[in-house]
Amino acid sequence: MTAPPLSDLPLRMLPSAGRLARLRQAAGGPGSLRLIERHARVYRHAWLVFASGVFEPLFYLLSIGLGLGVLVGRVTGPGGQLVPYRDFVAPGLLAVSAMNGAMYDSTFNVFFRLKYDKLYEAVLATPVRPAEVALAEIGWALIRGCLYAVAFMLVMTSLGLVHSPWAVLAVPVALLIGFAFAAMGMTGTTFMKSWQDFDYILLASTPLFLFSATFYPLSVYPRAVRVVVEWTPLYQGVVLLRDLVLGAVGPALLWRAAYLAVLGVVGLYISGRRIGKLLLV
Amino acid sequence: MAQAMAFPRRGAVPGELALALALRGFRCWLTVYRRTWRSNVFSSVLGPAFYLGAMGFGLGSLVDAHGTASLGGVSYLDFVAPAILAFGAMNTGMGQASFPVFGSIKWNKIYIAAQASPLRPADIFRGHLAFMVMRITMNAAVFLCVMAAFGAVRSAWAVLALPAAVLTGLAFAAPVAAWAVTLKQEMGFIYMFRFGMIPLMLFSGTFFPLSQLPGWLRLAAYATPLWHGVALCRGFSLGTATAGGSLLHVAYLAALAAVGIVIGARTYRRRLYV
Amino acid sequence: MPEVLVRARGLTKRFGTFTAVDGIDFDLYRGEAFGFLGPNGAGKSSTMRMIGCVSPPTEGELTILGADPVRNGPAIRARLGVVPQEDTLDVELTVRENLLVYGRYFGLPRALIRERTAQLLEFVQLSDRGGDKVDALSGGMKRRLTIARSLINEPDILILDEPTTGLDPQARHVVWDRLFRLKQRGVTLILTTHYMDEAEQLCDRLVVMDHARFAAEGTPRELIERYSTREVLELRFDPGVHEQAAEKIKDISAKRTEVLADRILLYVKNGDEALAAVRAHGLEPLTSLVRRSTLEDVFLHLTGRRLED
Repeated sequence: MTAPPLSDLPLRMLPSAGRLARLRQAAGGPGSLRLIERHARVYRHAWLVFASGVFEPLFYLLSIGLGLGVLVGRVTGPGGQLVPYRDFVAPGLLAVSAMNGAMYDSTFNVFFRLKYDKLYEAVLATPVRPAEVALAEIGWALIRGCLYAVAFMLVMTSLGLVHSPWAVLAVPVALLIGFAFAAMGMTGTTFMKSWQDFDYILLASTPLFLFSATFYPLSVYPRAVRVVVEWTPLYQGVVLLRDLVLGAVGPALLWRAAYLAVLGVVGLYISGRRIGKLLLV
Repeated sequence: MAQAMAFPRRGAVPGELALALALRGFRCWLTVYRRTWRSNVFSSVLGPAFYLGAMGFGLGSLVDAHGTASLGGVSYLDFVAPAILAFGAMNTGMGQASFPVFGSIKWNKIYIAAQASPLRPADIFRGHLAFMVMRITMNAAVFLCVMAAFGAVRSAWAVLALPAAVLTGLAFAAPVAAWAVTLKQEMGFIYMFRFGMIPLMLFSGTFFPLSQLPGWLRLAAYATPLWHGVALCRGFSLGTATAGGSLLHVAYLAALAAVGIVIGARTYRRRLYV
Repeated sequence: MPEVLVRARGLTKRFGTFTAVDGIDFDLYRGEAFGFLGPNGAGKSSTMRMIGCVSPPTEGELTILGADPVRNGPAIRARLGVVPQEDTLDVELTVRENLLVYGRYFGLPRALIRERTAQLLEFVQLSDRGGDKVDALSGGMKRRLTIARSLINEPDILILDEPTTGLDPQARHVVWDRLFRLKQRGVTLILTTHYMDEAEQLCDRLVVMDHARFAAEGTPRELIERYSTREVLELRFDPGVHEQAAEKIKDISAKRTEVLADRILLYVKNGDEALAAVRAHGLEPLTSLVRRSTLEDVFLHLTGRRLED
């Protein structure tokens, strides 16, 4: 082993002059983007995992088109008209897929990084701030969600399941759903102690997935249940997407979107603070 | 000589001892489970009940209104409930045999710790498999009770749906565990769930009868183990099972489980004795 | 007068009712290697985390690079290099990517990071492992990579929390060699350790920390001179006669005697003379060893305990 020439080492022991200026400069960068850059680099090693995720919605849509759609026939759509079941259920599945993807990224992945990977410990030894970590994780979940949503819409369009030009807004709305659930999921994760606690995440997401009027219209429920379901965030997302894709658009959609946005912003704020509290002790 | 007795070697172990050793491995998992079972209550009890409620009643109300001739005249709830039983058993089996097996080498290192004891890799495998079977049985039994409570059971033969579901779960758990132990990265599981579990769940006659699938896809579906599990459980639950058909399903699933058990003993040995 | 980089006055860290650091004062000067020596649980890591701006002080004053760590944490961290007690390498990335990604956290341009990465990997002797996944590295290599990573931003201060704990002796010597070279280059180091030899080799100045406080402060040489003797005679007796022997040895004139569970230590000016005196008392030890005093003896004297217990 030969000793490397020390003069090559990137070490300048700077005098203190101009230090404050350098401190300021170093503090101003967008730390979240750099953590997102890291995730993108990790996924370069596993791009196939990333890309093959597109198949999941394809399987679901195919199965519904071939199977359940035939069994169910037509159901009452958002405008009151009868629509084929597959047209009815496809936008709901997009909403569910946006929710599940965001929840997965912001719960399992974040918990692993928080407890086992020590990723955030390493990151917070650098100028990156806790709030930037939260923003990066949610941003990353959205980037992934965007790819899947675009793929989903392409499949839907090619299967003839899109019936309105408003459907161009479906991808941004899927991102909004992803944002709300990623932020809430991440907030929940900061309170988790062990993997067993993830059953609580399932406890929240499974009923949402099953009962938020994804697979059948709200009208099958008794009135009291309907009121509860109408307040769930996934229901808002499902209705938003279904109305856009089937072309039953009205001003009420703005309120639904605002509801999801508020959930996302609140979750983002809390999770940023919680990560700081957990790691900077 | 006494030393040699205390540390049994490969191939030199009488049957009772092998059983006792596997039992020791099983007990280790039981101890872990005693600490964590509470949080599994959701995934094992409430989860299936939710599914049954949403699919059987919610979706069922739409299907039943449209006509159930293609289901053989039974309600959608009766049709789908035994399928969810079989699918749930597969799900538990695959879940228990994937990340927990991988993690026992890589994360919490339960296998590595067990390796330092007199347990041989095959004992570790069988012990863990026994625990998986226990979990599959518990979940399936609970679900069967939920089914009965929802009135989704039409025949006394339904008690046989429990062993049928357990066999279905084992037919997945054993081969998956045998494969999971060889993995160096957990990435493989993502593919297994994405291209294995999800298509199986969607196209194995669970949510709609196979007769609706186009010819080639139908043939492929008949070859999947989940379809055999679903058909077996459905036959018992609806009381439509025939001796010949049931035997065929059982033979198929048992063969798959046996292959998994034999191969697992080898893959565990190769991975743990390096 | 060298510049003060870290200044602490009455620095205190409490976790609930537990006091991890109890009102310590120190100044760290540019260009020096400053060590915190002490057993596990003495409060070293808590102090390091406060200096690393990832743990707000409960009380007292702490100024790092002229700034307040609570208000200017990110700005200060931009000028620090941190080698944490347990490696926090990114196991999903390769060796080279670890430096690249870490440099990006500091907002450095990619071209600059690539240039520094090549130099740093050479410095820590990992040039040929650049494309390997981190998982495949040995403990010593991971440690060296962590050190390389901590230098990517040309830090003003390098903080090392137990840099060689858990490494085998050979790997530890390689790390020491690299750290010594950094010190020669004039890098300001703060390190914690519970290894005496590490502290003696690397530190210009050190504090002995015990029960959340400083027990002593000085250069290694000063501490040995102040709290120990030139030589130490180590005696080991048959366990059966250990206590009797300890009783008798009290008569021999030594500056200080320590009776440990397995050995008896005599602090004397001349070890060979003391050994002769022991034999003259009719005591025949199983083994005897005359050695120079080390920081271990200083610690034993100050706290009455051994370091690695």
